[in-house]
Amino acid sequence: MSVETAAPAAHPRRPWWTGRMARLAVLTVGAIIFVFPFYYMFVGSLQGEPHADLSGAVPNPANFSVTNYGAINDALSLGRTLLNSGVFAGGVVLCTVVFGLLSGYALAVLEWRGRDAVFAIVLLVQIVPFQLLMIPLYVLIVRSYGLADSYLGMILPFAINPVAVFVFRQFFRTVPRELFDAARIDGASELSVLRYVAAPLVKPALLTVVLLTFIGPWNEFLWPFLITKQQDLQPLAVALANYMSNLAGRSANPYGGILAGACVLAAPPVVLFALFQRRFTAAELGSGVKG
Amino acid sequence: MSRPRLLRFAGRHPVGVVFTAPYLVFLALVVAYPLGLAVWISFHDYFFTAPGVPVDRPFVGLDNYRAVLSDPTIRRAFANIGIFLLINVPLTTVVALVLATALNAVIPFRTLFRTAFFLPYVTASVAMVGVWLWLFSSGGLVNALLGPLAPEPSWLVNRSLAMPLIALYVTWKQLGFFVLLYLAALQSVPKELYETAAVDGAGRLRTFRSVTIPGVRPATTLVVILATVTGANLFTEPYLLTGGGGPDGASASPVLIIYQRGIQQGEPDFAAALGVVLMILVLGVSLINRRLIERE
Repeated sequence: MSVETAAPAAHPRRPWWTGRMARLAVLTVGAIIFVFPFYYMFVGSLQGEPHADLSGAVPNPANFSVTNYGAINDALSLGRTLLNSGVFAGGVVLCTVVFGLLSGYALAVLEWRGRDAVFAIVLLVQIVPFQLLMIPLYVLIVRSYGLADSYLGMILPFAINPVAVFVFRQFFRTVPRELFDAARIDGASELSVLRYVAAPLVKPALLTVVLLTFIGPWNEFLWPFLITKQQDLQPLAVALANYMSNLAGRSANPYGGILAGACVLAAPPVVLFALFQRRFTAAELGSGVKG
Repeated sequence: MSRPRLLRFAGRHPVGVVFTAPYLVFLALVVAYPLGLAVWISFHDYFFTAPGVPVDRPFVGLDNYRAVLSDPTIRRAFANIGIFLLINVPLTTVVALVLATALNAVIPFRTLFRTAFFLPYVTASVAMVGVWLWLFSSGGLVNALLGPLAPEPSWLVNRSLAMPLIALYVTWKQLGFFVLLYLAALQSVPKELYETAAVDGAGRLRTFRSVTIPGVRPATTLVVILATVTGANLFTEPYLLTGGGGPDGASASPVLIIYQRGIQQGEPDFAAALGVVLMILVLGVSLINRRLIERE
């Protein structure tokens, strides 16, 4: 997506508010509205007693403390819940990349009977909404397969992702066929062609897919919430949500703990996005993050 | 089969089937079979049992659907999607289009603005809800700013403000995505139209109304479709922000009710029927919208 095209320059005689200054003013107001809650969250998490009123928006050095992080760590054991989030998101990324590479390669490079039908099916799956699958998946995974409170149960419904297939398919289509044919003439099997010729070529696409499919499960709440009752298997999003709805009321400084937990939960996707933001396009993010 | 005939039948690389097989197996396991099971459950008297216990689950026809459609809490939840759409769609369209237009020029700190707009979108809703809980609590920053204008009862426990606040939250959280969507759409409006408008002496506002807005109509349609899907899927926000769709179901969403009725109260048959109704409605809205674009 190219966004570098400039709009026609403002006519010099026009008043200032139709030109560049107006744009900057609008954008600045917008940016403040978007970023302020992040700032407020961070400042609040570092104040021994977060003030909910106006003074809370200005950090008070005298009140500075990391006790909230200690409190939330005692309540949720952050190390363990972060590990759970990591295993969940990592498992989803691994499955998505492996299945996506295999399918994307087969759909873009290989010629076989049924290819178009399979691609149509992959497209079609996108329109099946999760809310319809929630009850049967719960019945199957928790009741029939006994996978409640397990990483496998968390990962399974997210293991395939049509977006990864599209991204890889698009990318493989741009690679000259001769590269693959050369490897085949040398006697390489299709799997080795994919492993040693095709996969290294799609490294840029690989990074995009990894980033996209990491953020979704990291932020996911509903599904892991449904299937994890033991706290030592809950991802951070679930543990923090349970803290908000059940435990926070009983603590001396409930918002401090919530804000500290929120900072820890928010940090990895925000950092990844800020570092790699050029890799994300709107369309891919939309389909990836909301999965 | 001789080699040429095999080639003609299976294609040059029949191994493609093997490569896509894992994906298709998963698809059957976590999408196709559950989809069928959802429909099956919705037509039967289904309840949770200990695994392996054989029980009779009689076919009950449309009973579950009748129960869903005659339930006042469900009607309230669908009305809540309506409130959500009424606030979310106009607000998203107007603000995202204004910000995208402002961003669509050579502007300093462009990347910074883009990143700022997108931050809420990539952040976990659970984390952001934590901040909003604090901002909109009865003694929170927003009420402190409003002073005597602060609503009573406060936002999250106010029957007529709880759902609008959720709509506002979701609009804020997703706006960055729609800004980029409109930004991409603006690139596809033909430059000649702007030139023609300038030659005709149209002012900025006039040009915006007659060239820009019609030019980005496909993006606007997408806003409506995605807002419907989001509204139907709301769960985290009513569950956490308004403490389980409160007050008194005033901010309940269909998915929240699927969870409460299906899993908490053990009525998966009712919940499955609600899921089917919901999907039909969402698909309906998407199809109507698509039909409307194609006609233009």
